[in-house]
Amino acid sequence: MRPILMKGHERPLTFLKYNREGDLLFSCAKDHNPTVWFADNGERLGTYRGHNGAVWCCDVSRDSMRLITGSADQTAKLWNVQSGTHLFTFNFESPARSVDFSVGDKLAVITTDPFMGHTSAIHVKRIARDPADQTSESVHILKKPQGRINRAVWGPLNETIISAGEDSIIRIWDSETGKLLIESDIEIGHKKAITSLVKSSDGSHFLTGSHDKSAKLWDIRTLTLIKTYLTERPVNAVTMSPLLDHVVLGGGQDASAVTTTDHRAGKFEAKFYDKILQEEIGGVKGHFGPINALAFNPDGKSFSSGGEDGYVRLHHFDPDYFHIKI
Amino acid sequence: MASMVDPTVEALAANLGIDYLDIDVNSVQLPPGEDIGIPSDDEDLYQEDDLELDTGFGNIIIVDNLPVVPREKFEKLEGVIRKIYSQIGIIKENGLWMPVDPETQKTLGYCFIEYNTVQEAELAKEKTNAYKLDRSHIFAVSMFEDFDRFMKVPDQWAPPETKPYTPGENLQHWLTDEKARDQFVIRAGSDTEVFWNDARQLKPEPVYRRPFWTESFVQWSPLGTYLATVHRQGAQLWGGASTFNRLMRYAHPQVKLIDFSPAEKYLVTYSSHEPSNPRDPQRVVINIFDARMGKLMRDFKGNADDFTVGGSGGVTGVSWPIFRWGGGKDDKYFARMGKNVISVYETETFSLVDKKSLKVENVVDFSWSPTDPILSLYVPELGGGNQPARVSLVQIPGKEELRQKNLFSVSDCKMYWQSNGDYLAVKVDRYTKTKKSTYTGFELFRIKERDIPIEVLELDNKNDKIIAFAWEPKGHRFAVIHGDNPRPDISFYSMKSGNNTVRVSKLTTLKGKQANALFWSPGGKYIILAGLKNFNGQLEFYNVDELETMATAEHFMATDVEWDPTGRYVATVVTSVHHEMENGFNIWSFNGKLLYRILKDHFFQFSWRPRPPSFLSLEKEEEIAKNLKKYSKKYEAEDQDVSLQLSEQDREKRKMLKDEWDKWVSRWRQLHEEEKLEREKLRDGEVSDEEEEYEAKEVEVEELLDVSEEVLTDD
Repeated sequence: MRPILMKGHERPLTFLKYNREGDLLFSCAKDHNPTVWFADNGERLGTYRGHNGAVWCCDVSRDSMRLITGSADQTAKLWNVQSGTHLFTFNFESPARSVDFSVGDKLAVITTDPFMGHTSAIHVKRIARDPADQTSESVHILKKPQGRINRAVWGPLNETIISAGEDSIIRIWDSETGKLLIESDIEIGHKKAITSLVKSSDGSHFLTGSHDKSAKLWDIRTLTLIKTYLTERPVNAVTMSPLLDHVVLGGGQDASAVTTTDHRAGKFEAKFYDKILQEEIGGVKGHFGPINALAFNPDGKSFSSGGEDGYVRLHHFDPDYFHIKI
Repeated sequence: MASMVDPTVEALAANLGIDYLDIDVNSVQLPPGEDIGIPSDDEDLYQEDDLELDTGFGNIIIVDNLPVVPREKFEKLEGVIRKIYSQIGIIKENGLWMPVDPETQKTLGYCFIEYNTVQEAELAKEKTNAYKLDRSHIFAVSMFEDFDRFMKVPDQWAPPETKPYTPGENLQHWLTDEKARDQFVIRAGSDTEVFWNDARQLKPEPVYRRPFWTESFVQWSPLGTYLATVHRQGAQLWGGASTFNRLMRYAHPQVKLIDFSPAEKYLVTYSSHEPSNPRDPQRVVINIFDARMGKLMRDFKGNADDFTVGGSGGVTGVSWPIFRWGGGKDDKYFARMGKNVISVYETETFSLVDKKSLKVENVVDFSWSPTDPILSLYVPELGGGNQPARVSLVQIPGKEELRQKNLFSVSDCKMYWQSNGDYLAVKVDRYTKTKKSTYTGFELFRIKERDIPIEVLELDNKNDKIIAFAWEPKGHRFAVIHGDNPRPDISFYSMKSGNNTVRVSKLTTLKGKQANALFWSPGGKYIILAGLKNFNGQLEFYNVDELETMATAEHFMATDVEWDPTGRYVATVVTSVHHEMENGFNIWSFNGKLLYRILKDHFFQFSWRPRPPSFLSLEKEEEIAKNLKKYSKKYEAEDQDVSLQLSEQDREKRKMLKDEWDKWVSRWRQLHEEEKLEREKLRDGEVSDEEEEYEAKEVEVEELLDVSEEVLTDD
């Protein structure tokens, strides 16, 4: 498995997202330009220019027509995927940290950071079919959790919103009423900030990664803790194979400590775990900075990782990967 | 309540005219010291009380055997005594009292002296006891407090009561482990834990755990019987058949370092105290205890300077152990180096051998043979090279020199004994002719041969720096890491040559290794060539019999390598002393297979429990080695059972996890199916739920990006 190195960003990567067909890969970085790549050969297709700050997150609609991005310039923007034209800007009073389209792509959940006296918030926006009809009006604004909300995603049938962030607690909200439904138990939950959250391909369960050097698998409806994966490093990014029972954890020590240690000490590896047995299967090395973003191609035959080093590494699996036995 | 009261108490209360029921029992205070026959169960508290009672008269001494003088001479005698005793400390005002017989008006031949402090009194007793005032008057000085005790001694000797024998625990019970496992102790955070190394199960099995067991470190005794912990008040020894109980305490305030004698008969403790005046030297106290009885056998007190020797002068601080034990496994002798002397003590009397130290001008280093009472010592060059440097071997207790070797233009010497005491290697750094650089050679002594022949060994490239040297335990080979470049060479030598002539011969040289430390297996034959710290923890497992590498591995940032006492397993450790990350240890098989790995934050110490030497004779061992197949059959079967059992357990666990997971998945699938219609509605009737069901169509899209017209002028 020879990785394809995609060098298009000048700053650390923050997020990676495949479209539904798995032919496009969208990458966000601390430079201001989200980029789209051919997921097969890693060729760059284009960039979305217009943000004026680090771009933290993105999501692409099911039909691969719309892209939404959240940025530290206190905006979230809608884009035409094909032409790269900018369609609409949602303005906020603090940086937008995460974005997620609902089932049907008619709603989007956007989280904003605590900033200059504003607390963190979860905004629900209606997404119009025709960009001309788009308004910036919020359907709901949820303000309760303390500290940064690093990720908020839609639950099954858009009935709930799942949020996780710096306070290490996972919360499930009613998306209609804005009421808090379930909170993760402090005893069994993460002990430190949750950095990442990813849903399974069918949306039935999700995986969270945390600075407490673990990742946990939860049932999306009941918030039951199903599995825990232990590693030796803070986890910055997680993803799940849609094909096999594998989960991938990425991370490394704090970016501030990177320069003082050998790259092997940092363990900037994407680590594969057996989803059911919770045992480590293997690792993919290569980054020389912590891994900030991970994404699996929806076909399960390749995955990509984005690092603090500014590279996106695209890995197509060797045939023997599909026959790993432990 | 009344029903609960002892009738005798009730009667007593009635006798005294007290209405028992009116009394609040909690308000009753017993006179101090009264316990109504109920001993306190708080032992420590009790002891402290005891100590307090002791103070009061500690600063008074009694001087006996003074001359008996009439009244006229009283003043003169008092003057003499005052003169003697005021030199030692300040005598309190009216602190000297010499009683006089009222009838004869003569003194009674003794006096009391009261000092300001207890320390002064103790010092006075120490210094003037047995002081000879004249031929017939030898002072007998004792502490006033002791007097009480002396008076209580009955005049008639009563035979001591023989206590019934209570068998102690078998302190070596761990050696009888059925699976023949070894133990180790680790310290991480505030916890100290002892484990079995269960290599078959690929995990450690806990034996004993105790938070805050020690205040600085723990140390096994050399034969593994005890585990020593170090505390502010002193050291403690722990041991037992199945767990760790406190066996003995050794009071030594502020103890910093401890050391056992090789046969663990004695425990040496060391402390140094910052002086109140920074210009004064540090005070050093060394106590030697009998380990089993807990009795203080001898103490040494003095300035740190008296104990700081060794090196070529510039080294400060003490080199531990100060007292080095010699004479093999009998704990017969111990020695320390002083200025121009080596003081050898014997443990029978705890005094100097022949009552005097061994005089060696300018000695800077010495070491004992590990098995015989032979000292090797090194004296550097004197008088700018006029008197050569010298290494000599001295026999104790006879103190006769067995062998001596003069060495010229030497900059430094280091002595390495082979573990059986068969050989002594002296690494000699010599100046080159220009005196600008040094080169290294070895002087090899064959101790057990007649006249102790010496052989000189120089490396192929004699300018190579020596990075490490190590004898094969119980063997005849040694390994040297040498070279100046970042990837030094490693050479192996044997003290025997192929054709049975007695000559040192080179076995092989491994070129360009990332190694800076050598770790022989305790059984010899195998060695780990380790690149610790700066070399990032490279490990090479090497078989010296076959001269081949068995495995190479890495334990990133490893700071220590420690073989288990049997040489079957080896631990590599990352302690937080050097590196805050990756803390923990790996356990490997002797041939470099990683067995298991434990990570612990704030990991401070790893130490295998030593084993006493085998009782088998060399012949017997050889015989077992020859018939190993016969013996190993039984164990192989056991191994197989364990691995079967393991895989069985594993299979069951996996099956359980798999079933559990399948339950979740089927539940999710069902819910997903139920919500299908809803989802379709949300997607405006788009039916396709299945992610794979899309068709790839090649669509060519032409897009006009830009149209520009340019007029090209043709000139």
